[in-house]
Amino acid sequence: MSTRLSKGGRLIDRSAAVEFTFNGKRLKGYQGDTLAAGLLANDQMLVGRSFKYHRPRGIVASGPEEPNALVNLGTGPRLEPNQRTTTTELFDGLEATSQNHWPSLEFDVGVVNNYAARFLPAGFYYKTFIHPRPFWKHVFEPIIRRSAGLGKAPTEGDADHYEQAYAFCDVLVIGGGVAGLLAAKSAASTGQRVILLEQTATLGGRTPVDEALIDGQPVDSWLAAIEGDLRAMDNVTIRTRTCGFGVYDHGYVLADERIADHTPGDGRPRQRLWRIRAGHIVTATGAIERPLSFAGNDIPGVMLAGAVRDYVTNFAVSPGDRTVVVTNNDSAYLTALTLRAAGLEVPAILDARDNAAGPLVEAARAAGIRVLTGRGIAGVKGSKRVTSVAVCTQAGEGAVLEEIACEAVAMSGGWSPVVHLWSHCGGKLTWDDTISAFVPDPARPPLNHDGGAMVTVVGAAAGLLDLDTILEGVAQTGVSTRVETKGRRKEDAKKVVKTTVEIPPVWVMPQGAPIALRNKMWLDYQNDVKVSDVQLAAREGFQSVEHTKRYTTLGMATDQGKLSNINGLAVLADALGEEIPQVGTTTFRPPYMPVTLGTLAGEARGEIFQPLRRTPMHESHEKSGAYFEPVGLWRRPYCFPRAGETHEQAVHREVLNTRSALGLLDASTLGKIIVKGPDAGKFLDMMYTGVMSTLPVGKCRYGLMCNEQGFLSDDGVVARIDENTWLCHTTSGGADRIHAWMEDWLQCEWWDWQVYTANVTEQYAQVAVVGPNARKLLQVLGGMDVSKETLPFMQWADGTLAGFPVRVYRISFSGELSYEIAVPASHGAAFWAACLEAGKALGAMPYGTEALHVMRAEKGFIMIGDETDGTVIPQDLGLDWAISKKKTDFLGKRGQERSYLANPNRWKLVGFETLDGSVIPDGAYVVADGVNANGQRNTQGRVTSTYYSPTLKRGIAMGLLYQGPGRMGEVVECNTVAGGLVKARVCDPVFYDKEGEKQNV
Amino acid sequence: MLTLECPYCGVKACETELSPGYEAHLKRFGPGSTPEEFEAYMFARKNPKGVHFERWRHTYGCGKWFLAARCTATLEVFGTYPAQVSGPPPEIIAKIQARRPGWTPDGKATA
Repeated sequence: MSTRLSKGGRLIDRSAAVEFTFNGKRLKGYQGDTLAAGLLANDQMLVGRSFKYHRPRGIVASGPEEPNALVNLGTGPRLEPNQRTTTTELFDGLEATSQNHWPSLEFDVGVVNNYAARFLPAGFYYKTFIHPRPFWKHVFEPIIRRSAGLGKAPTEGDADHYEQAYAFCDVLVIGGGVAGLLAAKSAASTGQRVILLEQTATLGGRTPVDEALIDGQPVDSWLAAIEGDLRAMDNVTIRTRTCGFGVYDHGYVLADERIADHTPGDGRPRQRLWRIRAGHIVTATGAIERPLSFAGNDIPGVMLAGAVRDYVTNFAVSPGDRTVVVTNNDSAYLTALTLRAAGLEVPAILDARDNAAGPLVEAARAAGIRVLTGRGIAGVKGSKRVTSVAVCTQAGEGAVLEEIACEAVAMSGGWSPVVHLWSHCGGKLTWDDTISAFVPDPARPPLNHDGGAMVTVVGAAAGLLDLDTILEGVAQTGVSTRVETKGRRKEDAKKVVKTTVEIPPVWVMPQGAPIALRNKMWLDYQNDVKVSDVQLAAREGFQSVEHTKRYTTLGMATDQGKLSNINGLAVLADALGEEIPQVGTTTFRPPYMPVTLGTLAGEARGEIFQPLRRTPMHESHEKSGAYFEPVGLWRRPYCFPRAGETHEQAVHREVLNTRSALGLLDASTLGKIIVKGPDAGKFLDMMYTGVMSTLPVGKCRYGLMCNEQGFLSDDGVVARIDENTWLCHTTSGGADRIHAWMEDWLQCEWWDWQVYTANVTEQYAQVAVVGPNARKLLQVLGGMDVSKETLPFMQWADGTLAGFPVRVYRISFSGELSYEIAVPASHGAAFWAACLEAGKALGAMPYGTEALHVMRAEKGFIMIGDETDGTVIPQDLGLDWAISKKKTDFLGKRGQERSYLANPNRWKLVGFETLDGSVIPDGAYVVADGVNANGQRNTQGRVTSTYYSPTLKRGIAMGLLYQGPGRMGEVVECNTVAGGLVKARVCDPVFYDKEGEKQNV
Repeated sequence: MLTLECPYCGVKACETELSPGYEAHLKRFGPGSTPEEFEAYMFARKNPKGVHFERWRHTYGCGKWFLAARCTATLEVFGTYPAQVSGPPPEIIAKIQARRPGWTPDGKATA
């Protein structure tokens, strides 16, 4: 059993005991423990079940590469699934539960999948669930969804808050081991601004566990000295518990700082996303130990040799009294020596190599440990924990030579440099035969904006697996961490430091293992991918490593193949009869570590998810109980419901009141762009389909804007303010886009034209005063002549109303007598209040956007985004009158000349009135005879706007219909959501006041 | 997340401050142009792997459009320049040729 040792533990504080629970069991640990260390100290070897076969799984690793030991952490609003116990710091009151099992961790029904494993090979889903088709949706998918999946998604909102911060530096060092510390010091000593990131809570990396001395000094005092030096420098920032997880273009790095994961609820943000722009990036990300592929290598108690050392040295936790070490390299001998020094038994070291020599090997032999060379593991015995291992020759096929009783197995298949951050932005790798691993190729680094190297790799991440060459390597690359250095110079590349460590390839143990053994050799623990699965994929013709990955799901779990990738592609290469470098790796993509969505969202949630735009009258609308709808980033009143009224009833009341008495609309969101200059008229003639240069001062004209393809993009009323100035109204959602569009043409095409533009949308509040009593209200307010004679339809005038400085446009989007009154934004709220007050006696009511929509539809006015969708030209909407025939050019003119757009058979705007008076559903199509190739009903048109008209007391609609205007009076059929059809008569889209008398009084 | 220097305000702007405008130095073809000319103007884009000229707008800065010469494969930026030109200026071409010997604006290799 695994247990806490009575002595040692460099990271734990035995005076600070903490209590935590696992599946409700109360357990004890110490401050400084990881959750994994705490679980092992309490003999919790079994911590989870695997994804596919529900096999019992234990802790394998001691860092972010851990594939098995994922738990649900916390409860309620702090529940988070898939948290790695190996990177979770233990704290008092921590609550963890295991995942992916039912009904319990100890007894899991899903384990039947394990016995059915030979029916669940690679690509099982693709092969099995093809026929019959309906079964996928109703049978297969619901069952698979219940049996698969890691953890449970939280159902409550997150109680924590998160933040984001920016940082800038000359040199960013990612990784706080010895190599990273030295690189940071070297860069900082030249005066550069340095940031050093370390994902764990302490600096030093593996060295304090693996080495006794650095430069002749004890490791701990050497580390304390260099940390002290760095912290004393003003130009150095050290951030621990901060994982640099992604390297992006031009020195952009994202890092996740886990501020309060270990002190939940203390008021600090839980995590902080750092957005760092670095002049140069140094990755000192170390190396990850590889498992060995032998049968039963996933049974709880089989661990990485380096992790075993970590648990003994850092946390004084023993994985078992007797640990068999199995390895293909010298580093695992250190584990044997460490266990021995802690008073534990090492029954044997099984070394796959035929010859083992070197100082560590000799030390193990001198300590009396039994070293068996040329040996491997034929199988591990045990189910929920290891009981023994069967020894065989590595060269053979797995005949058992002897069985050794043990509680744990420490395995080492060599070390793979962590190259993720080097590769994220295009750094290339090269295969190193000496250590059997991919290492960064310094000649092909990811590049920066200046074409120089953006990333330098130091330490074990560069393939230097021994301390001496790590020190030498940093000293030599020190110069290329300088920002001004453009890439690594050629002469540097020549004197690359080479590690003295040799790791021969051992991809399958024993090398001649038969299928019965290969079936039990796990490559990807989390996704249950075995050696036999990858070999099967190769036999079935999967040659690309990217395809094999997706077919077998190798490396697709939350650990992203940190342990499994190299072993998996080595097995694939062998099965394909190719060399590993030819097979290559899958693509490394950020994030290196899973990042919680809360961190990426930062403060942008709830009320401040996105900026809101409010008109000057917004507060008044809120007080009158308006129901708001989003229009772009604006919030506009949809309607103003009264007590006991539904929204629909409110809209009907608002429409009828406006048509019979007086309605007030907050039209402030309408886009307002001033276009000014000697060439402004010429410019607007290009922007609009109509002629704006001839518009007399004081008058208004409706205009359409198209894109260069000829499709309608925006519309609005243009007013000529003076000789050189026009004011262009745009749609509420279109102001910024149209302003940018104008600027684009002025800056990039007609840059010699003397025009400037200003978007003054928010400088003015605008109130539409609409209805038969509109003029009366303005007369009550008083201050200017708004009579039919002085201010006829489609004109504007400056003046004052009730003492407010105003500009009054006599324009109408409802068909009623209507004035749109612009006041400086700061007067908006007061002017709105004055209109409401003075309007009381005239029956004034505010109305919202839905009433506006209904009234414009009753009048057959088009709405950008309803009647248009980016494929509609003005001619489709019967707006030919707004397109100049005289102008030689305007934006979209050439596009509209294309034969397809000039085709008379296009779908064109008409009105629809249902025979039974009902309302056609939104999004309905006008169906035609027959079906298309997909078996769907043919269509001959579509409904673009459909409403109940309270004025006409029946459903009205507009839409685009094949040869529409020529088919007046014809009855067509529209489909409905429910599945039936509704009959409608084709009619003029103007349903109300066809002659336009009402707006002209 | 590219950084591009805005030639108007001299700021090294992060991509979050900028809006992309795609290929630069397009020649507009309006009424009277042939279908082939209009198609080329409207739809045919170079999309090269290598040296490319692009339009960018310093949207959340000075609001000006500018042009950038960069390598789409390595993301190396050769330079940025104002938009009021119909082709890349000589100093930009010189900068590109210094980094990509043999490259010419018309795509033909030098002898």
